[in-house]
Amino acid sequence: MDTSTHDLLLVGGGGAGLRAAIAAAEVDSKLSIAVVSKVYPMRSHTVSAEGGAAGVVKPDDSLDEHAYDTISGGDWLCDQDAVEAFVKEAPLELTQLEHWGCPWSREPDGHIAVRAFGGMKKKRTWFAADKTGFHMLHTLFQTTLKYDPITRYDEWFVTKLLVDDGRVMGVVAIELMSGKIQAITAKAVILCTGGCGRVFPFTTNANIKNGDGMALACRAGAPLKDMEFVQYHPTGLPFTGILITEAARAEGGYLLNKDGYRYLQDYNLGTPEPKPVLRCMELGPRDRLSQAFVKEEQKARTLETPYGSVVHLDLRHMGEKVINTKLPFVRELCLKYQNIDPVTDLVPVRPVVHYMMGGVSTDSNGATPLAGLYAAGEVACVSINGANRLGSNSLPECLVFGARAGKAAAEFCLEHEAPHDRVLTQARDERQRLEKQFLHKSGGKERIATIRTEMQKAVETSAGIYREEKLLTEATGTLGELQHRFGNVMLDDRSHTFNTELQSALELGFMLDVAESIVQCALARRESRGAHQRTDYPARDDRSFLAHSLLFRNPDGTMRVEYAPVKVTRWPPGERVYGQAQEHPTEAKDEAKQDATLAPSRRAS
Amino acid sequence: MGETIILEVARYSPERDAEPTLQTYEVPFRKEWVILDALNHVKDQMDGSLTYRWSCRMGICGSCGMMVNGEPRLSCATFLSSYAGNGNKVRVEPLRYFPVVRDLVTEVSDFLGKLKTVKPWLIPQEEPPLTQEFLQTPEQLEDYKQFAMCINCTLCYSACPVVGLDPKFVGPAAIALAQRYNKDSRDRGAEERTAVLAHPDGIWGCTFVGECTRVCPKHVDPAGAIQQYKVKAALEWVKKLVMPWGDKDRQTKTEDVHNAAA
Repeated sequence: MDTSTHDLLLVGGGGAGLRAAIAAAEVDSKLSIAVVSKVYPMRSHTVSAEGGAAGVVKPDDSLDEHAYDTISGGDWLCDQDAVEAFVKEAPLELTQLEHWGCPWSREPDGHIAVRAFGGMKKKRTWFAADKTGFHMLHTLFQTTLKYDPITRYDEWFVTKLLVDDGRVMGVVAIELMSGKIQAITAKAVILCTGGCGRVFPFTTNANIKNGDGMALACRAGAPLKDMEFVQYHPTGLPFTGILITEAARAEGGYLLNKDGYRYLQDYNLGTPEPKPVLRCMELGPRDRLSQAFVKEEQKARTLETPYGSVVHLDLRHMGEKVINTKLPFVRELCLKYQNIDPVTDLVPVRPVVHYMMGGVSTDSNGATPLAGLYAAGEVACVSINGANRLGSNSLPECLVFGARAGKAAAEFCLEHEAPHDRVLTQARDERQRLEKQFLHKSGGKERIATIRTEMQKAVETSAGIYREEKLLTEATGTLGELQHRFGNVMLDDRSHTFNTELQSALELGFMLDVAESIVQCALARRESRGAHQRTDYPARDDRSFLAHSLLFRNPDGTMRVEYAPVKVTRWPPGERVYGQAQEHPTEAKDEAKQDATLAPSRRAS
Repeated sequence: MGETIILEVARYSPERDAEPTLQTYEVPFRKEWVILDALNHVKDQMDGSLTYRWSCRMGICGSCGMMVNGEPRLSCATFLSSYAGNGNKVRVEPLRYFPVVRDLVTEVSDFLGKLKTVKPWLIPQEEPPLTQEFLQTPEQLEDYKQFAMCINCTLCYSACPVVGLDPKFVGPAAIALAQRYNKDSRDRGAEERTAVLAHPDGIWGCTFVGECTRVCPKHVDPAGAIQQYKVKAALEWVKKLVMPWGDKDRQTKTEDVHNAAA
């Protein structure tokens, strides 16, 4: 079996992966670093991020305010030590990207410009018009080209982590071009594979967002954290699910129901004013806005379309010039995909699955409990996002924790021996599994797309914006049956050359695992917090659930949920208040320091 | 307008075929469908072996370029309805001038190699500390911004007759990317990039047909970049003849950066 070996191996070449690769290369230029990605790095989903990246940079702002907005936005499920590190390093990372050439939008005097964003009390979101992720990713990709120690494996699909004696020592991957299945060993592996939006039928996420890294980690024995927290972004285009950035509201857009009424005023989000007000109305947090949509729908105050109910995003009053300067991509997407012009028309929007707060459990340096395995970006859960991520925190998260994981993993590599050949036996077994289960299999009758569609339906029905025990329990049954039927899947394509059907099958296998983890965690958390709303347990319950869910895979393939404490440093759990009347603690209460002894460490089921 | 539309798709597998053939699929015609939706319908429901790349389906990742009725297009941004009148038939083939890996998938590693040769990263004279950004006015940003919009979809290579004739030509996107950094007020690397661009396979290969600019889905103007660079290169050559002692312009730019970092 072909084998190649490196010191450090990254899976995924998006924002977090490329940042991690550069950070590792800068620890020691002699380290051999491999970036293994199923797409060319500039195709990674970071490219689709639109609105911006938060980092305190203006004199009227402070790190504590960014931390408070993030923690209250996350409904107190964030680990506050991680948040404090995050807000401190975010501006430095964003400036580093500026030094590498990122074309940030500017003030007239040449300084970085910032814009408002949902749930943020100060303007602190850096942006590159409304293609922020695109510019960040291309800047990072182009910058990596000057680092010789970074070897890219473009269009290689990772199927398994190699683990021996409790330590991760590489991966098995398929080179799509040739179909070659080989082992790539390394002293440490960083997962930077992004989220899993494609587990749901209606998502902003690209086709490649299948939770690969989450499933790989979980199968290898690392726990997933807070998987029940799935973010619905309030403004997606119907049918396609294409994102209309929150920046559209930050720049002054209104959300209107079918009567042309700014309905958010009915949901404890403040009173409408002509200009955007921070942490109010359309600039409330995403979980609350998406929940308000469902309530409007229940009151029959939304509009019906062939692709579900919608409300309207109104940008018309902003005028063509502002739209062209600040939101050119929004206009382009509306014109191209919806055949409407936001300068003159209302934009139909509905909540759409956007982001996974949960992920592979890591500490503040990206380390998972499994030696040699790190994770950063959306695939990881540090957690700085808690029960609801604030818009514009995910791009700096990729940078801050990408860099931290890259550095920590590089140091791990310097201190550890090279992987031994024993893992190659596992790699051979994995190759046999792939051949037996898919390529050389005879019989089978299930189509990938059928199982995928049924899975998406089951997850949306049970683990959507509102959840309840009965539907979640039903979904566990459905997903179990789908897992079984997946064993009976049939491929039309047995070719070795660029076999995208084999890839789709393996991605479906990952998604089935991730779907089950979401439903299991949602079932176990009998409270409502942030993006996890249980109609049968409508209140937040800090006594029982100020705690992270940790999902483990048992040796027999079943899953179990345990809980771990939330780290509280300076902001004790409080009420989330949005709207004009909110009291906003500008200084953190030092006397509030406490360890989260409130949180039970126990098993749920 | 019919209820269905005929997709003619180029099929090729190196393990099986000596050369590509066209395969026909009849798919539902829906007004909100783009070419990519039709291909996904085929792959999901009819033939799982159909092979193509796609990801973001919103015209920004650059994966899904194909020839659609002979024109290089992003298949996620090209509506079926544009072809409904045309005998209800649309032909989809891999991007021209690239080696074909399989079906609609082309080999792009040569393109990526060319991108790297133009040193597409910021080469500043001096980097300020991490607590400080380079100053850059909105006007200075505007100078290079359009060249920074390239999504590396390679449609311009498929449109460029010079690429078709001379595979060594560095090509429109790579030249535009070089200009993106050359024109960035923070950058001082233009001279280093000249070696590649002034080479016969660089800008001088371009015969200014302008097809690259016409097909660009992101309104980048590679043809403009090439022309700008030709003029600049010619001027540099003249300057070297008349001012062998040095380049005054360059010294001025250096002073600017010191002011900016202050």
